[in-house]
Amino acid sequence: MADNLAPHWRLRAQRYQLVGNVCLKCDAKFFPPRQVCAKCRGTEFDLFQFSGRGELYSFTTLRSAPAGFEQYAPYSVGMIKLDEGPMVEAMLTDVNEDKLTIGMRVEMVTRKIREEDGERGLLVYGYKFRPSDA
Amino acid sequence: MKPKREVGIVGYGAYVPRYRIKASEIARVWGGADDGLPIEEKAVPGLDEDTITMSVEAARNALARAQIDPRTLRAVWVGSESHPYAVKPSSTLVAEALGASGAILAGDWQFACKAGTEAMQAAIALVGSEMTDYALAIGMDTAQGRPHDALEYTAGAGGGAYIMGPAENALAVLEGSYSYVTDTPDFFRRAYQHYPEHGNRFTGEPAYFAHTLAATQNFLELMQLTPRDFQWAIFHQPNAKFPLQAAAQLGFTRDQVAPGLLVNKIGNTYAGAALIGMTNVLDNAKPGDRILLVSFGSGAGSDAFSYVVTDKILERRDLAKRTAWYTARRELIDYARYARFRNKLVMN
Repeated sequence: MADNLAPHWRLRAQRYQLVGNVCLKCDAKFFPPRQVCAKCRGTEFDLFQFSGRGELYSFTTLRSAPAGFEQYAPYSVGMIKLDEGPMVEAMLTDVNEDKLTIGMRVEMVTRKIREEDGERGLLVYGYKFRPSDA
Repeated sequence: MKPKREVGIVGYGAYVPRYRIKASEIARVWGGADDGLPIEEKAVPGLDEDTITMSVEAARNALARAQIDPRTLRAVWVGSESHPYAVKPSSTLVAEALGASGAILAGDWQFACKAGTEAMQAAIALVGSEMTDYALAIGMDTAQGRPHDALEYTAGAGGGAYIMGPAENALAVLEGSYSYVTDTPDFFRRAYQHYPEHGNRFTGEPAYFAHTLAATQNFLELMQLTPRDFQWAIFHQPNAKFPLQAAAQLGFTRDQVAPGLLVNKIGNTYAGAALIGMTNVLDNAKPGDRILLVSFGSGAGSDAFSYVVTDKILERRDLAKRTAWYTARRELIDYARYARFRNKLVMN
C-alpha cells in the first residue's frame, strides 16, 4: 500500500505552479502561503502565483545527501529571492557548481524531486531553479 | 481530412535536455562504428527529468506563445512511449502544472513515435468540431535503447507541444491532414520490459518508408499539392539517413528538409521527433510559408499535415524560448555519466 499520498496531493499547487498567497490588507506576498500576515497580521488572503523568476541569494552543495536524495548527490541547493519578494529554498538544476554565482538570475522549472519507496512508489515532482540562461 | 471549422496552431513550444553524448563515445565503449555512425550526438535527460517534466516545459512555452488563459484548454494529451508511470496519467500532472486542471479531458497516447501527432489529430478534431476552442497535444520522449544495441546510438530525448485552436487566432492554419496505418510489427516493447525490440532492416522498407511515403503521396494527391508548393517539410527522423532518403524519393530538396532535421544533434526523440522538427521550422518560417509535417510510428503508421504560416508568427514566436536555445545549450557527458543518468547502473 502506498502511504503518505495526501500530503503530496495537498501541496500540488505550491509545488507545480509556485502558488503562494497575498495579504488583502497590505499586499504582502508569501511563499509558502501563510494564514496570518507576517507584516500586518491580516488574516484575509488571495492565492497568488509567483512568476518563478528571481535571483540567487545564496547556495551550497550537498555531497552527503539525506535519505531519498542519494541518487542526485552531489547537488546544489539555493536561496532564491523571487522578483515579487519572498525567499524560497530549492534544489538547483541544469547547472554545475562552479558556474553558480550569488546574484545570478534564475527561473523556476518543474522537475522530479524524489521517488517514494523506490521503484514502486509515488514520483514526487516540484519546483527547482536553474540559471535563466542555462 | 479537414475539420468543419478551420483550425490552426495557436501556440507551440519545444524542449530538449542539456546533456549530450556523442555517438563516437558510444562506439568507443561498444565498437560497431565500422559502417559509420547514424548521428553525431544525442540529447540525454538529467536525473530529475522525464516525459512529464519535459512536457511541462514545452507546454509552458506553447502557452506563452498562445497568450491564452490555461483554464480555456479543454484537453491535455501527452503522446509518448516513455510515460513515467505504467498506470497513472502523465497528462493530469502536466495539466495541473499548467493551471489547466478541472474541466478538461486528459489522457496519455501511445503509438510509438506517432503518439504525438496522433494527439495532434485528435486535438484538431476536438477544436474543428467546435466541442472546444483550445486543446493541447504533446509529443515527448526519453527514449530507451538497450546497451550495445543499434538504438543506443540514436535514442534521444525531447519533443514539442502544440495548442490547437480556431484559425482566426492561429500562427499556422491547418489545410488538411491524413493518416495511413497498417499492422506492421517492426518495433515493440512488451509489458514490464525496459528496452524495446526492433526488426533491424525490417524497420526500413516495410515500416518507415512504406508508411511515410504512402501517407505523403496520398495526402499530396488528395490536397492537389506537389513538393514544390511547400517551403518546408519535416519527416520523422529515427536517424539522419532515413528522412533524407524519404524526402528525395518524394521529390523534396535538402533545403526544404534541413531546418526540420534535428536528429544529428539531439537524436531520435521518438514521439517528439517530427514535432520538434516542426517547432524549429516555425521558429524560422515566414508568413505565407507552407509546411508539410509527416510523422512515423512503429506498429505502424504515419500522419501527414499541411500548415500555412500566418502573420501572427512574427509577434508570437519570441514570447518563449526558441528551439535553437535548447539545442545550443549543451553539456557533453561520457558513457559513464550517461549510464548513471539513464539508470543503466543497478545499485541493489
